[in-house]
Amino acid sequence: MTESGITTNVIDKGRGMADMLINMGPQHPATHGVFRMELALDSEMIVDVTPHIGYLHRGSEKLFENEIYSQIITLFDRLDYISNFNNELGLVMAVEKLMDLEVPDRAEYIRVILCELNRIASHLVFIGTFALDMGALTPSLYNFRDREKILALFEATSGARMMHNFFRVGGIKQDVIADFPARVTTLLGELEAGIDEADKMLSLGEVFVERTRGIGVIDGDVALDWGLSGATLRASGVPYDVRIEEPYSVYDRFDFGVPVGSAGDCWDRYYLRVLEARESIKIIRQALQQMEPGPVQAKVRAIARPPKGEVYVHAENPRGDFGVYLVSEGAESPYRLKVRPPSFCNLMALRDLLIGHYIADSVVILGSLDIVLGEVDR
Amino acid sequence: MTTGSDEGSTKRPPPITASRGRHAPDADQAPSRLTPKGEALSVLLPDVLTKYEVEIGADIDEVVCHAPASHIDAIAGILKSDERTSFKYLRLLCVVDYEEQEAAFDVVYHLYSLEHQHKMVLKGRVPASDPKLPTVTTVWRGADWYEREMHDLFGVEFLGHPDLRTLILPDGFEGYPGRKSYPLHDYDEF
Repeated sequence: MTESGITTNVIDKGRGMADMLINMGPQHPATHGVFRMELALDSEMIVDVTPHIGYLHRGSEKLFENEIYSQIITLFDRLDYISNFNNELGLVMAVEKLMDLEVPDRAEYIRVILCELNRIASHLVFIGTFALDMGALTPSLYNFRDREKILALFEATSGARMMHNFFRVGGIKQDVIADFPARVTTLLGELEAGIDEADKMLSLGEVFVERTRGIGVIDGDVALDWGLSGATLRASGVPYDVRIEEPYSVYDRFDFGVPVGSAGDCWDRYYLRVLEARESIKIIRQALQQMEPGPVQAKVRAIARPPKGEVYVHAENPRGDFGVYLVSEGAESPYRLKVRPPSFCNLMALRDLLIGHYIADSVVILGSLDIVLGEVDR
Repeated sequence: MTTGSDEGSTKRPPPITASRGRHAPDADQAPSRLTPKGEALSVLLPDVLTKYEVEIGADIDEVVCHAPASHIDAIAGILKSDERTSFKYLRLLCVVDYEEQEAAFDVVYHLYSLEHQHKMVLKGRVPASDPKLPTVTTVWRGADWYEREMHDLFGVEFLGHPDLRTLILPDGFEGYPGRKSYPLHDYDEF
């Protein structure tokens, strides 16, 4: 046994060469929330991992069944609490599809702009915290500064920095402020500079590349088998992006690229998010150009009442394929509302990814999956 | 749970079920509108699954296949490995509780094929008194945590799952809180 400073137990759980069990989390800064994993080690090599989730389980899916749709929007804000607008979009699209509702164009464009800004904000947090996991403090400070500018715009638009409750079935709560396009344009310039700065500071840094290249490699077929999605899947060379695969909202009207990796390691997963943030900026610029004045809310009853039926709708969240399965019995509340949380699926593959790596890499690999526990546990 | 009267009240309505609704929905049943790919798939599916008694339907834009729950692993295996369907991506696995109406649970699998870009819903029905069906972790590894979660919340047992311990509930938690029969507003002190 080495003196590691962490409480360790000598165990024999029949795990081959394992001679030490280290408990990491749930209160650990590098687990990005309340996530716990038991690491079985052979000196510094990980031979087995047991992930534990559920510390943030609020029974959201049971709650959904007892609330009306406009109340559920507020609960969706709290699933993936770093990309609130994207969550809301998933829900309202499901209800709209069931009701066969036509959403005004202006509302769709505003939704897309807000969702893409949210994607950039989320990726900025990822880049910052991922660097922090490896001991680089500066990028996180810079990126949180830039993210705050996005959140300030969200606040001006919806009234809240994070829990917006802004999307409605059939549109959005209210039209955006008058100087919204001008503010977004200025913001995009600043974000572009911010992303470039983080990219220059981090991406090709020698220590950073050494710690991420070839670490936590997952093959494309295996990744698909695990149900991974988002940048985590695309890093393994599978070009699957819901915005392209099954275009929703008005995404078919924009010209943008989906970066795809090849190595399937931590560096690819990181760099794809840098590239994706730049693609989001392109989308927002086009949306601003195409957007025209008009109504932002379709004519619907205040309390939505979709007909009997089932629908599965999904959207590309910053973390991956966010799905909503809605079963309606024709009431004001859903009969069943199940969320497909991308982080939940991405986290499932963690055990495979960690085994055979050193304990110092566990933080890097977990960080590269970009999980949000609010969504994993629901 | 309380079932207070909501007539003429502007306060927050009580939990609503289909039978207690105040207005009828705009339409009773959402119309089916399959895409050409969906139409082609619903024609193809009986050919792929000749050995099993399956019922192919449609719900809005999804092809829905009701299959016998006891053979769900074999059917899932065929759907994944057959080149005409090639459903390699399990998008979602969940349980829908129809205990009150039909004394059964539906286990629902949402599948997608990246090669053919088509999607379908596979459904198996298990009796609520004895909810057991084979695991599909042998087909898609990604079913692992979904099945553990559904085992936690609904008490559905997935036979052959390698590790069906509790996932999201505290150890030793009693009852199945996902079920409709589990009260929402009754609390137990921990």
